[in-house]
Amino acid sequence: MNAAASMTEDGARKAIETLARAETGRLLGALLRDTRDFQMAEDCLQEAMASALEHWSRNGLPSAPAGWILQTARRKAIDRFRRDRNFDRKAHEYGVLLELDQQTAATDDPPAIPDERLRLIFTCCHPALESKTRVALTLRTLCGLTTREIARAFVDTTEAMAQRLVRARHKITKAGIPFEIPEPEHWGERFKSVLAVIYLTFNEGYSATEGAAPLRRDLCLEAIRLGRLMLELAPRDAECEGLVALMLLNHARTPGRLGPDGSIIALDRQDRGLWNRVEIAEGQALLDQALARKQTGPFQLQAAISALHADAPDHRSTDWRQIVLLYDALYGFVRNPVFLLNRAVALSFATGPEQALEALCTIETDLDAYQPFHAARADFLRRADRPIDARQSYLRAIELSGNESDRLFLSGRMQEIE
Amino acid sequence: MKYLALIYAAPGAGPDYGTPEFGPYMDGYRKATETYQNDGVMLAGEALQDSSTATTVRVRNGKIETMDGPFAETKEQLGGFYMFDCANLDEAIRYAAMIPTAEHGSIEVRPIMEINFDQ
Repeated sequence: MNAAASMTEDGARKAIETLARAETGRLLGALLRDTRDFQMAEDCLQEAMASALEHWSRNGLPSAPAGWILQTARRKAIDRFRRDRNFDRKAHEYGVLLELDQQTAATDDPPAIPDERLRLIFTCCHPALESKTRVALTLRTLCGLTTREIARAFVDTTEAMAQRLVRARHKITKAGIPFEIPEPEHWGERFKSVLAVIYLTFNEGYSATEGAAPLRRDLCLEAIRLGRLMLELAPRDAECEGLVALMLLNHARTPGRLGPDGSIIALDRQDRGLWNRVEIAEGQALLDQALARKQTGPFQLQAAISALHADAPDHRSTDWRQIVLLYDALYGFVRNPVFLLNRAVALSFATGPEQALEALCTIETDLDAYQPFHAARADFLRRADRPIDARQSYLRAIELSGNESDRLFLSGRMQEIE
Repeated sequence: MKYLALIYAAPGAGPDYGTPEFGPYMDGYRKATETYQNDGVMLAGEALQDSSTATTVRVRNGKIETMDGPFAETKEQLGGFYMFDCANLDEAIRYAAMIPTAEHGSIEVRPIMEINFDQ
């Protein structure tokens, strides 16, 4: 045995984990292109990784590990096709795989890995899948997160998450969800769906509505990574730039946003010195680039709002009037009452809590079950010197809170007026 | 791939026969069917009689049992179907969306399972 080439099983496992995180998207994309079967692509990749663990522990890393995995996974697929009793229907895919394998064998070089990630993400974010499923499948397929990691992020059991993923792959194959980049006339809408999935992933981590927050913060980083990938695959898209800018600008506040006890620190009390200036600079540069394209959209507007916060040396000197105007523009794009709620918050700092309370009347029915609505109203009432009404709103907001840090924060504020 | 587009609507949700809206509604069906035929995707398509005319059949212990009415009493009832031959789900969804009932009812798009009885 060659001592230099040998490595421990632990070493091989680490190498495979690193490779899985970096290359799963490209490997699955290539396998899906060849096999046209999502579950089979996934299973063959898993088998190839298991086989890599065995071979690499014994013989050391091959010269091109990802190529090695692809070649092995293709052979697993060839085996499966041969054993399949419905072989006839897959004869074409079988032929493609066999030819690819022979090409590789002839040159003795590991196969090049084609980049099919754009097609893959359009498939994972297809509107015929449930929105939570889209996020989970994207994390599994494009980011290479394990099913266990995704389950933890969603506070779900591994079994339930595994079943969800199997069901999703089954539907993609059986219902004929295409592995294709949509036609130009549908591109815009489908691209929006992809960006929405990425933003949903980010918010899942950022707002951490349930369960243990620290586990979920990884989701923010994954979402930023996906956003960057989309920028790479579809450069010059203003909304995509806006989305990445928005995520960077929001994420930059994370170090100042959580107290030592895990409670969320409100924007007005955050130590802005803790904000990540590197992320802010990158976010602002991306936003400027996006705005110069003169194709305004909701992500750019939200990023612009976040950038105004990042710009302000403190809460009081924030350009609240400008933020109110940006929320107006945003509501013009997306008729979401939450934007009107945020507008009211900005208004309370621009002109005063009384006007903000008035502005809440129009959205009261829509947002009655929405915790932030009552938290905002409680805050306006507190600042308008109406402690008794404020207390009512705080109690309602606490009742609607989904996690401990929100409850801690609201109880803290309520105690201040008592 | 073959897809069945099942057309569901609540009774009385669409335009009634004899009202001015009924003509354009039926015209919509005629136009949609024409498009399917011209595009070469239509395998079949029929409208069904009212769900009150349905009979549900079961065989239990070798005995035929019949029941008056549809299998499931739901608010939206099956009123007709199309069968399409499409490249993928995106195409099937596009054609299903042209069915006039989609504007007040729901179209369920289901892929047809291919079964080979020779094996």
